[in-house]
Amino acid sequence: MSVSIGSKYPGESRQGRDGAAPRLLEIDRLSLHIHGRQILDDISLEIAPGEIVALTGESGSGKSMTALATIGLLPPAAETRGALRLGGADLLGLSEARLCALRGREIGMIFQEPMTALNPVMRIGDQVAETILVHKAMPRAAARVRAAEVLARVGLPAERVPPSRFPHELSGGQRQRVVIAMAIALRPRLLIADEPTTALDVTTQAQILDLLRDLVREERMGLMMITHDLAVVSEMADRIAVMKAGRIVEQGETRALFREMRHPYTRQLFEASRHRADLPGARAEAPLLRVDEVTRRYPGRRALFAPAPGLIAVNGVSFEIRRGERVGLVGESGCGKSTLARAILGLEPVQAGEITLDGMPVYSQGRPDPSVRRRVQVVFQDPYGSFNPRHKVGRLIAEPFHLLPDPPKGATREHAIAEALTAVGLQPAHAESYIHAFSGGQRQRIAIARALIIRPELVIFDEAVSALDVRVRAQILDLIADLSRQYGLTYLFISHDLSVVRGITDRVLVMRAGEIVEQGPTEAVFDRPGHCYTKSLLAAAPSLPQPPGGGESDAGQPEAR
Amino acid sequence: MSRNLILGTLLTALFTGAALLSFLWTPYDTGALVIAERLQPPSAAHWLGTDHFGRDILSMIMVGARTSIAVALVAVGIGMGAGVPLGLAAAARRGGWLDEVIMRGNDLIFAFPSLVIAILITAIFGPGATNAIIAIGIFNIPVFARLARGAALPLWTREFVMAARVAGKSAPRISAEHILPNIANLLIVQGTIQFSLGILAEAGLSYVGLGAQPPVPSWGRMLADAQTMVALAPHVAILPGLAIVLMVLGLNLLGDGLRDRLDPRLRVVRA
Amino acid sequence: MLSYALKRLAILAVSLAVASLVIFLVVEVAPGDPASYMLGINARPDTVAALRTELGLDLPKWERYLAWIGGMLQGDFGTSYTYRAPVAQMVTERLWVSLPLALYALTLSTLIAFPAGIYAAARRGRAGDIGVMGATQLGIAVPNFWFAMLLVLLFALKLRWFSAGGFPGWETPLAALKALTLPAVALALPQAAILARVMRSSLIDILHEDFIRTARAKGLSRRQALWRHGVRNALIPVLTILGLQFSFLLAGAIIIEQVFFLPGLGRLIFQAITQRDLIVVESVVMLLVFAVISVNFLTDLAYAAADPRLRAAR
Repeated sequence: MSVSIGSKYPGESRQGRDGAAPRLLEIDRLSLHIHGRQILDDISLEIAPGEIVALTGESGSGKSMTALATIGLLPPAAETRGALRLGGADLLGLSEARLCALRGREIGMIFQEPMTALNPVMRIGDQVAETILVHKAMPRAAARVRAAEVLARVGLPAERVPPSRFPHELSGGQRQRVVIAMAIALRPRLLIADEPTTALDVTTQAQILDLLRDLVREERMGLMMITHDLAVVSEMADRIAVMKAGRIVEQGETRALFREMRHPYTRQLFEASRHRADLPGARAEAPLLRVDEVTRRYPGRRALFAPAPGLIAVNGVSFEIRRGERVGLVGESGCGKSTLARAILGLEPVQAGEITLDGMPVYSQGRPDPSVRRRVQVVFQDPYGSFNPRHKVGRLIAEPFHLLPDPPKGATREHAIAEALTAVGLQPAHAESYIHAFSGGQRQRIAIARALIIRPELVIFDEAVSALDVRVRAQILDLIADLSRQYGLTYLFISHDLSVVRGITDRVLVMRAGEIVEQGPTEAVFDRPGHCYTKSLLAAAPSLPQPPGGGESDAGQPEAR
Repeated sequence: MSRNLILGTLLTALFTGAALLSFLWTPYDTGALVIAERLQPPSAAHWLGTDHFGRDILSMIMVGARTSIAVALVAVGIGMGAGVPLGLAAAARRGGWLDEVIMRGNDLIFAFPSLVIAILITAIFGPGATNAIIAIGIFNIPVFARLARGAALPLWTREFVMAARVAGKSAPRISAEHILPNIANLLIVQGTIQFSLGILAEAGLSYVGLGAQPPVPSWGRMLADAQTMVALAPHVAILPGLAIVLMVLGLNLLGDGLRDRLDPRLRVVRA
Repeated sequence: MLSYALKRLAILAVSLAVASLVIFLVVEVAPGDPASYMLGINARPDTVAALRTELGLDLPKWERYLAWIGGMLQGDFGTSYTYRAPVAQMVTERLWVSLPLALYALTLSTLIAFPAGIYAAARRGRAGDIGVMGATQLGIAVPNFWFAMLLVLLFALKLRWFSAGGFPGWETPLAALKALTLPAVALALPQAAILARVMRSSLIDILHEDFIRTARAKGLSRRQALWRHGVRNALIPVLTILGLQFSFLLAGAIIIEQVFFLPGLGRLIFQAITQRDLIVVESVVMLLVFAVISVNFLTDLAYAAADPRLRAAR
């Protein structure tokens, strides 16, 4: 069927014979410009067979572009300098036809977003077989057999997930397995994974990472793994390259790199990743929010003759939050945590149970009560989607005034806006700008200013720091802690990210499939989880190594406690 | 400014200008029949020649532009005026009975192409420009309703709309304050497209005698009159058609140019 | 899939019922009494009354509506006021011209538009794309009946390759097809321009999807990715337009028939309007609406066949 790979790349066999470390991929002083803008600056990196090398850094650092350059899928306007050798042969000079022959066969790639990475109208078995067929590696029948084998290998055996399924019939994790199967169907020598688990839940992430690790070891593939998550990096990689603004600022063997952290940027990333905000001590006061046996059902799509079974998003949930408490709500996607938040905000009716604030129901006669609602505000996840791009910042943050029976006008209003902006570390003059002028972190500050402006008692943070880079995230968490001290606020902090919740809350609720399975003081739950689901969540979450200088096991704890 | 936008604006301005000018002045009176000068080819006296009644074709085209633009413009106005609120309401009550009723109503109107509506109206009230306006206008309603609903739906899940709901604003108020401004560009672009389609539809209806009635000059009627003369004097048939093509082309280019200019996402794609 | 089809079928039935009611009521409010119109101004009142009874005009509205619908369901469209002939028979004869014309045009337009749209998308921004886009820009601006006149001027009067109009009947199929060729081209080209643009933009959207990048990472060339993953996905929105186009073509056929003196539905309906033969107008309009609604139904089914997500979801 195929030509021996070694003969095509004499370089590799020579190196192998010489006994030098066999290098699979050699990126040699690679620079990249797009439309005259420098994207990569003098990148040098090597990957050996069976080795996992992680590229890490914040968004815009150039890690994804390095991956695209390696597989030859840069945008047409890209200009490159340097060399990119696979088994000794430079890929940069290759014709498009040669690159096509290489992709999928010598280099496989896995992408971040499994929900859109598959062709929706093609069966998964056919999509895997296509990798084989496009390289004419096997006849059609054999390719189908091989496709089924590979799918079984990545954890989708035909008896549970037949290859005749369409992508929409699979979960996100299963789809990512299909993408991996497509990438490894021809046993490529190099695998590139660009944020392969960022879009997945923590337990699924752990499974996919295990699978990738096993594949690399078994098949002696080289893996270039791109991720922003230092904890994932520390658990997966043999070697790490830290990127910032198109350059590799530091690279080395994983343990050594975490031990030494020679570059300040590496240290900043590390510190920010394990950041715990400095929370003021919790006060034990009277309950503020009480959620009592709340159930939220979504009706199923009406079929022609019978109503389809509905979905129970929140099922008989009860808990209370005391005034001044910071409570975390964790769970995986689809567990009902956002639905619960919307119900508390009065955005969605509940079918059973009651939500009260200071004893007053959020809903009276089926309608949300404005006088209760104004005491609760929210900060959403997406710093880019949570503002109307057509309004100025002043108007944006003044929007909650609508909840007041007598909204302030004129100078009072201006003063309130200025005060809110100052409270979140911005300038009063920013009220005159439009939202597009601000960075992601600044936008989250503006979102917090909007939540604060009518002086609510309870603020709900719905994945409010999940879209931010780690260093910005640390700053925002500090701000949130600070505001709680200044204004005596009560928080409900919703996140899928356990480490974030651990650093900003006094008490935590663990939610699964619409129910709260465990609740208790944050440290107690994290250190001695009671429920098996909490245990599995904590076990699946990757963790950072101990900080350099070792010894102090609790370095992340705020001293102010 | 892009080439599309310049050319489109020029052509649209040319015809709109000619239509406005025709209220004050035309080279010849379109009501005067001069049989002696019938079917003359273009000349210094008649730049575009004369038709079978000896009327000046340039003057006829100028007054015809008036009819075309008026009919198409009012029809777009009807479509937008009724369609956009319906679409916004459907999106605000997405999944509810109101949404269902509005969308099914739209489907129903779509089953009656504008020509069929015109036929029905004409069958009852007799032909005329007003009927053409109503027919094209009714057909425009579901176009704008669907467009507005489709564009508004994803906005309703956006967090800035959530934030407005948290601030206690009502659905109509959110629609007016947050949704409408964000879909306005789309509506403007679609407006120019429906405007150009309206001109084509008006021409078609007048051609088969369901639109503007004589003596009101209209481009479609001019073509219908010219049909039997096409072998004798081709310019009588060619020129009014050319006017339609240029006017519609101008509006389409204007629409494309506006879209590229107003929608940053598309501008990036073109770059 | 079955429940999806059933649901669509239910919508089809309801739409038809509502549409028929709308048409009936609109025609009902029409001023003037068909019986007196048929007999002229000088008719004696008792003759008019007799004719009204004969035509069933003296029955209550809802009875007439039910009779009309019931008749149509059995293929009886009533009797033309002016011709005193069964409407069903008149319509069937005309349909044999209009329907083949619309289908001929639809075929032509698809055959032109698909390759043009795919070609332009594949060479986006280059000369080929700009050329195709320019041509389609012109194509959508041209009124089809004027284009038809130009075709007559060139191919019938100057070159004498085709006749300028008329229809020889299907007894001589080749001659019939030839007579329909110029009308079909006139109808098809403007529609092809729209379709090509939709095909192009839909394909360009798809080419930005993540799964195209996945396909490229597997080793498919740009071209292979376009054909194997792009076109099928791009076809889904194009199908909607194709369904809509059929109704435009049918309506367009009515106008084009005037240019070429074709004895189709268009001629019938315009004669009926001038003669206030409302039962014919009513029936032909109902037939057109029926055609549009059924084509939409078929489009929905084609949609589900092309997109597995729809099949499963409902």
